[in-house]
Amino acid sequence: MSENNPKPKLAIYWAASCGGCEISILAVNEKILDVAAAFDIVFWPCATDGKVHDVEKMPDGYIDVCLFNGSIRTSEQEYMAQLMRRKSKVLVAFGSCASEGCIPGLANMNTREEIFDTVYRDTPSTENPQGLRPQHKTEMPEGTLHLPLFYDTVRTLGQTVNVDYYLPGCPPEADKIWDAVGAILAGKLPPPGSVIGANTTVCDECKRTKTEKKIKAFKRTWEVIPDAETCLLEQGLICCGIATRAGCGALCPVVNSPCIGCHGGNEGVQDYGSRLMTALSSVIDSNDPDEIDAIIAKGIPDPVGQLYRFTLAASLLRRKKLPAQGNGAAAAATKAS
Amino acid sequence: MTDQFEPKIVGFMCNWCSYRAADLAGTARIKYSPNVRIIRVMCSGRVDPTFVMKSFALGADGVMMAGCHPGECHYIEQNYKAMRRFSMIQHTLTALGIEPQRFRLVWASAAEGQQLAEAVDQFIEDVRKLGPLNWRANWAEHDDRLAALAEIVHEHQEALEVLP
Repeated sequence: MSENNPKPKLAIYWAASCGGCEISILAVNEKILDVAAAFDIVFWPCATDGKVHDVEKMPDGYIDVCLFNGSIRTSEQEYMAQLMRRKSKVLVAFGSCASEGCIPGLANMNTREEIFDTVYRDTPSTENPQGLRPQHKTEMPEGTLHLPLFYDTVRTLGQTVNVDYYLPGCPPEADKIWDAVGAILAGKLPPPGSVIGANTTVCDECKRTKTEKKIKAFKRTWEVIPDAETCLLEQGLICCGIATRAGCGALCPVVNSPCIGCHGGNEGVQDYGSRLMTALSSVIDSNDPDEIDAIIAKGIPDPVGQLYRFTLAASLLRRKKLPAQGNGAAAAATKAS
Repeated sequence: MTDQFEPKIVGFMCNWCSYRAADLAGTARIKYSPNVRIIRVMCSGRVDPTFVMKSFALGADGVMMAGCHPGECHYIEQNYKAMRRFSMIQHTLTALGIEPQRFRLVWASAAEGQQLAEAVDQFIEDVRKLGPLNWRANWAEHDDRLAALAEIVHEHQEALEVLP
């Protein structure tokens, strides 16, 4: 087959994601036709017709590059991650969800039960008097029907299968995507496991005036109208640029909005939130423990949402403690089961 | 051997005060619990929150940070940064469901071997009351995961049988 069609084979798949990554791929505008000319798109459920069993029938390693976006939340997604890994020579964790969990990863602050309670019972628009919940297995006269198993913890692609490269961003910028894919096909690549992106932080790309940072209070975006010249952090806004990988051109600070950290940690950073904690603590202008506590409690009411907005699933602790563990006492029991 | 739970504690102690206090406790033959695994750092300001997170992720039941008293830092003011980081880390750990009592900040000068030993003992007793943390149990895979993955393969095969 490859003799008839020597174009490199490209697959694009999604798991627990919002679809923004697909849009960023299409955001290359008319160049998408060049993409179709340059690649044989063998599987892309969002944009082309294709069936999973077509992929299952491919020989292993048949696909040259697979861009996989989305984190792993269900058994079906894990199955597809394993399948795409097997069928692809190069598997790219595409975007923040696949790389570090992103917003779907924040579900790790809740248990599966809590999520189901919200979705199938508590939201004002839910009408579910019988308290129905999706079941993993349903017995029918014709046989057993299955829905994918909903996992307790959202995992990243890299925690599920081996990943060759990571493309950061929520979503990755269109121009960076094709630079990266081009580099992969040309074989001009960093060692496997690398992040294809800049090795510096957003602050380096931000043109604002930076002086010594000393702040007495963290402010929310609606509390101040920031001036366009001074560093946003110096104005009290929690700008995550100090800890976040560059590559976006400081898109948010340019328009007076603090960086939210969607490119994740810089090279060598194991735990993005820890880096942000270090940086933010250093700029608090107080040496009094009570005042420090008050500044942090008032300014950062939701520390995980603020510090790990895009990286909770990939962080060192990965999730909130499961309540079944209680006071630590039931932990041994959980492990044993 | 008793069945008493022995907490695993990681203690980050600064080179100039707290580590020397621990040293002094040793030379003065002051007895304190062996549960603490001391890691010497140059300054309490060197303790990256990553170290704390990693300690818990790798199985620590408690983490202690110890440094020079405020105003006495060998590096002038870095222990104030440690103080702020401590507050920020504890705030975050609490949100993640780790009891604030599992993470403690202690100031101990090089002369305070006795105080350090007492602080370590007290911390270990407090953590012992909380019980094991066993963080990785939170990552346990769903019991039905492997069966669910196998079912997908089976169902796909079944689906193919009805194709024209």
